[in-house]
This record gives sequence, C-alpha cells and structure tokens, in this order.
Amino acid sequence: MVVSLKSLPKEKYILPGNAACPGCPEALGLRYVGMALGRRAILVIPAGCTSVIQGLAPGSALNLPVLNVPFASADAVASGIAVAKEIIGEDAVVVVWAGDGATADIGFGPLSGAAERNDNIIHICVDNEAYMNTGIQRSSLTPYGAWTTTTWAGKKEGKKELPLIMIAHKVPYVATASVAFPTDFIQKLRRAASIKGFKYIHLHAPCPVGWRFDPSKTIEVARLAVETGMWILFEAERGKVKISPFSKPYADKKRRKPIIEYLKLQGRFKGISDEDIKVIEKMVDEAWEILLKLAT
Amino acid sequence: MTYVKYLPLAKPKVGVSGKTGTWRTERPVYDPSKCVKCDLCWLYCPEGVIEIRASSERYISIDYDYCKGCGVCVSVCPTKALRMEPER
Amino acid sequence: MIKALTGNYAVAWAVRLSRVKVVAAYPITPQTTMVEKLAEFIDKGEMDAKMIRVDSEFSALAATWGAAASGVRSFTATSSHGLLYMHEMLWWVAGSRIPLVMAVATRTIGPPWNIWTDHSDIMDQRDTGWIIMMAEHNQEVLDTIIQLYRVTEDPRVFLPGIVGLDAFILTHTTEPVDVPEQYVVDSYLPERRQPYVMSIKEPITMGNIPSSLKDNMKMRWDIHTSMLRAKEVIEEADREWSKLTGRSYGGLIECYRCEDAKAYIVGMGAWVGDMREAVDMLRDEGYDFGLIKIRFIRPFPDDRIAKILGNSKLCLVFDRSVSAGSAGPLYLDLAANMYRLGIRTHIINVLAGLTGLDVRSDEIAYVSRKLYEMIERGEEVKGIVWYFGGDELWL
Repeated sequence: MVVSLKSLPKEKYILPGNAACPGCPEALGLRYVGMALGRRAILVIPAGCTSVIQGLAPGSALNLPVLNVPFASADAVASGIAVAKEIIGEDAVVVVWAGDGATADIGFGPLSGAAERNDNIIHICVDNEAYMNTGIQRSSLTPYGAWTTTTWAGKKEGKKELPLIMIAHKVPYVATASVAFPTDFIQKLRRAASIKGFKYIHLHAPCPVGWRFDPSKTIEVARLAVETGMWILFEAERGKVKISPFSKPYADKKRRKPIIEYLKLQGRFKGISDEDIKVIEKMVDEAWEILLKLAT
Repeated sequence: MTYVKYLPLAKPKVGVSGKTGTWRTERPVYDPSKCVKCDLCWLYCPEGVIEIRASSERYISIDYDYCKGCGVCVSVCPTKALRMEPER
Repeated sequence: MIKALTGNYAVAWAVRLSRVKVVAAYPITPQTTMVEKLAEFIDKGEMDAKMIRVDSEFSALAATWGAAASGVRSFTATSSHGLLYMHEMLWWVAGSRIPLVMAVATRTIGPPWNIWTDHSDIMDQRDTGWIIMMAEHNQEVLDTIIQLYRVTEDPRVFLPGIVGLDAFILTHTTEPVDVPEQYVVDSYLPERRQPYVMSIKEPITMGNIPSSLKDNMKMRWDIHTSMLRAKEVIEEADREWSKLTGRSYGGLIECYRCEDAKAYIVGMGAWVGDMREAVDMLRDEGYDFGLIKIRFIRPFPDDRIAKILGNSKLCLVFDRSVSAGSAGPLYLDLAANMYRLGIRTHIINVLAGLTGLDVRSDEIAYVSRKLYEMIERGEEVKGIVWYFGGDELWL
C-alpha cells in the first residue's frame, strides 16, 4: 500500500510552538506518526528528548494520549496497556516512542521481553545516535568514530545492531526508516499497525545539535545516510528481509555515494582519520552483506 | 465532589513553549511565483508551521508566531521558492 | 466456604474474587505460588483475566500499571529483591495516582542470600506514597486484598496499596480460610474507578514537566492528604466487610487486652499472633500488658495509637527490620508521632527476628518481662534493644 504524499492527513498531532530544537528530527518524526496512525495511537514515552519536547504542564505539545514513563519501563508499560485495551475492546495502537538509550541500553531488557512475548505494540526507536537529552553522551547506537561528550576521541565500538537483534527475536515485523523518507516511514507504520504482535521500527533521526550540523540540513544528512549506504531501509516480515525501494539502488556498492560526503557534513566526525573511514566502509559492506543474505 | 485535586496531567496546547518564533535569527520567505506545489516544505517542516492553502494564490502559509527559522523548508524546496532572510 | 489455604493461595483466591483482569508478575521465592495459582485459575478458565509473563519485577509493576492506567483492575506480587528492583516504578505509580494492589511476601534482603522473613523490603517502601499493611494470618490476607481494592479505588484515596505477608510463615503455611462467595465480593466491590484513563477517546498527557514547581509540590501534598483521608476509608471498608462476613479487623490497628493495660507490645505482621500469646502469658504472671497490632503503617495510625498510649507507662515496639544507624522503622514512626501528639511514655525499640531468625511467643514474653522490670526498677533503657533469642538481649 504505497502512500501518496498528497493524500497525507493535515491534522496536527504534534503542535507548533513546542520545546524541540530548530530542525529537530524527533518532532518531525512525531508528525509522521500522527499522519500514519492519527487518533488510534496511544504513545508511551520514556525519558528522552521527546519528554522535554512536550513542553510544560498543564500544556502539552502532543495532541494524543501520552503516558510518560520511567526510562527503562516503556515496553513493559506498553504491554500492559495493550492487554488492557484488548480486554476493554478499544481499537488502540500502542506505540512506544523511545530513543536509543531507552531502546538499546537501559530499556533493552524490557524491550527483549516484550518482543519475546510478542506483545501487541509498536516500538519505534527514534535514533539520534547518542543520549541527546542529557547532553550528547555516547550510547550503544552511537556509530563508530563519532565524537560525543563521553567519547572525545571518537567512539571505539561499532553500532549495536538493533534491527538484526529484533529480527532474531522472530517478531512479526521489523523495519528501518528515516525522517528523510516520510512516505516510506508512514507506509511502514501503517503496515505495522495492521499486524497483531510485536512490531519494531528503527527511525534514523539526525540531530543538528548532537551531530554538529546546521539545522537546515537535517533532511540532507538523513538522505545522505541512505545514499551512502550507511543507513539501509528495509522491512522484515517473519525474518524475511525486503530492501525498501529508496535503498535498493545502494545494494550495488558502486552506486553508493562516498561515505565522506555524509561524514563531512557533521562536526561529530571532524578530523576523522582515513583509516577510520575505511573501517566504517567495511562495516557498511558487512551490513549490506548480512541483509542481502537475509533477503534471499 | 473531587477529592484529589492535583494530578500530573496536561492537555494539548499550541505554543506550549510560548511564541517560539522569537527563537529565530532568520526566517523563510515565500515566493509563490516559483512554487510548483510539491508539498515538500509542508512535509518536512519539523514544527508543522507550514500550511497548504490549496485554493489560495499563496499555496503555502507560514505561521511566523512559531516558526523557529531552522531552514529545512528552504533546503528541501526544489525551485528556491523559499529563501532565508535575516530576522530584523 | 472454608478451604485449607497457604497465604499465597489466599492471595490468589482474593485476586480471583476481586475480578482482577490483568496480572503481571515475575517469580521470586516465596511469592511464586501466588502467581502459579493465578496462572492455573486463568488457564483453566476459572478466572477471566490475562497474565503477562514479564521479564523482571521492574517490568511486572510497569506492565501492571500500564494496564491499570488503561482502565482495568490489575495486580502484581513480589518480595525482597524483586520489590527493590521495582522501587522506581513504585514512586511512579503512586505519583500517577492510579490505584492497584500488590502483594508482598516480606523477605529479608541480602547479601548474604536469605529467603526467610523480615520486614526490610516492605519498610523500605514507606516513602513512596503507597498504602502499606501487613497481615497476621491467612484469613486476613484474603480479606484485606479484597478490601484494598475498595480502598485504593475510592475517589477519596486513588493511591496504590500493598498487602504484606511474612515469607513462609504465612506464604507457605496452611490455615483454614473462609473463602467468601463471589456474590458477596461482587456486592462489596463497586465498579472500578480511577482519576483518569489512558484512552484514544481523550488526548491527555500524563507526567510531563510541570511549569509550576508549586503545583508539583502540591501534588505531593495531595498524596499525603489522600493518605490521611484513607484512614477513614480503611475503617469504613472494614466495617462494611464485617457486615457481610462477620469478620472485622479493627481498621488501622487492633487492640488486644488494652482496656486495663499499662504496658504495651506493638508489632506488625505474622508474629503478632505470637505476641497475643505472649500477652496472655504475661497477664497470667500479673503483668498488665496489652497488644497494639499495627495493620497499616501507611497511613500511619497516629491518633488511634495515641488514644491508647495516653496513660501508658511503657511501650515496646518490636521491629523486624532496622534503619541501620538509627532505629527500627515502626519505632521511628511511632515515637515521632507520639511525641508530636504530646504522648509521653517510655518507648523502647526491640529489634528481633531479622533475617528470618525465629522468635517464639515465650521469647517475646521474656524480653517484655525483662524490660518491664528494668523500667520498674528505674533503670534507664536508652538504646535500641537487639534480641537474638534465648537470653541474648543486647542493650
């Protein structure tokens, strides 16, 4: 079910005048969640940028039911909501909107638990590749070589492969998405909402403040991530990988833009050595290899 | 009678952080003559301050009360119908 | 109908009768058989509920609260380290004002590993805003869980609640328990109420940063005052239950042989049963002892206790846990509140039975007698008294 841009709903589920930084990909991502799911969504939001983006009570920038929850608890809380809604018979789509910390680190246990139980929720990891809300500290989803306030010489470890880990949990639906490709993201959200069971969507969300680029470039950076092959858009239903149309060209290494095009736009990679760039290139090649194997 | 008086609840509010338009140091300016009505500026505005006026001569409107001046709309516009100008 | 039930099975029956719809729990000795029995009830179709077999205690309370916030009567249970693991969630649940009930098999905390009873785990939750009570026997366990659903869901309260039962002494000991008929519980428990429901019908946000710190502080005040209002609601719930079943527990506290007592033993939990026997022994010997059984430590029954201790000469508060470096928690709460209410009597803290060390009724009598004699002789007992059994009394 291809989503056409012109058909997207205009209702606002995240309201203007919120506390997000200019150019924020989380705020943008939430607009797309609203377009995809509308009034059916109940959001479960653990500690992270979006906790602050909502602004101060008694007001809220989110025009949806939102439960703010302790950092690690989102997936467990969502599981409880989903079960209760089933009992009541309310047609709600329970969505966890969690950053990389709440997904891959502190919330990893409950995430895995909910996935293993196949609880009827959608977990969206809005990945800005560091603990941004607390001041740009490194997370397990920070990429290799990136500067953060706790990796001044660049991160030494690679990025934890959350999508692959979720595929290994054998959940009904795993997908990656990017704020630069909203129709793809929205189509994946709607697909997820139509499936009963645990769904995981990993949304690439370049952060101007944490990655050190001009706020006007959020979409350009996100697009380049895909065009260099560094961010791979795909879906996996029951483990069967399907590379998404926007990423398909880049399965062919020769068609990928040079990685330096992506890195040079971001201050967090400033001064990165040629060796490190080669390491990154190798990681990209490996990532494609694995996915293409899972796609056959 | 309501006994419990203070609950940690909030309701949806436009401008929950005030007139965030005051944050910007530059603003996007729209030239309808160059606009091809692709909807991309509306699609990519992180704040949702761009609205589509399909029946109007000015196809889009920008709510400058809340526009933070990030410049994403200018960056994605394929025809340079939007450009950034310094805020005076 | 009378059934031979362990404390854990009494919990399971109470939860079933309360028409709980969602149970999310993680096993920990000695709570395990509560949840196993509930799983059996559900899987056999005897209880219309769903169980979420969560991955940890933290997830257990998180999931239970998610379901409760979404409009459904829910339950969880834990013990000791599990309770500590979910501590962050306890604060969040109370602050969100969503009612739910949890059973805690009170068990000591390591290291070293130890599965036996004391009250460290439950006392550690005193500040969270949860209603906290401990049962003396399995009948009380069953009755109070049902009562707590009524109390927590009362609009005057809207706070979560804990029923504590001593590890193994109650959880795994079989006693005759009168299990009420479903229609009795149905007439006692109204439809669930809560201050708000997370639903697609209404876009409310719960828990975002407040613009007014004053309002935030008033939320804490609100929890406190709701807890104070709960005192009356608890006593009402006890009276109403008594009308239906003939069983009353006195509300926040129960007084045994208090009418002409001058010295008091104060305690919480299963060993109150042994304290009753000790009081009888002491009375037979001529000591004018009475027993104050504390059922609820939160809300703290300050005025109810003050009424009794008004013209007493000695009060021995037995604690089964200690706030190391200060004193036992029950003693601290009682002494502070009695002083505040102008009650002046000898209050002595006896720390006994920690880490599961068994304390017999004759040992309780021994300690009480000894301290009574010391006070009569005018000896000062300034410190906290540690009792290790037999005649091993460390002053």
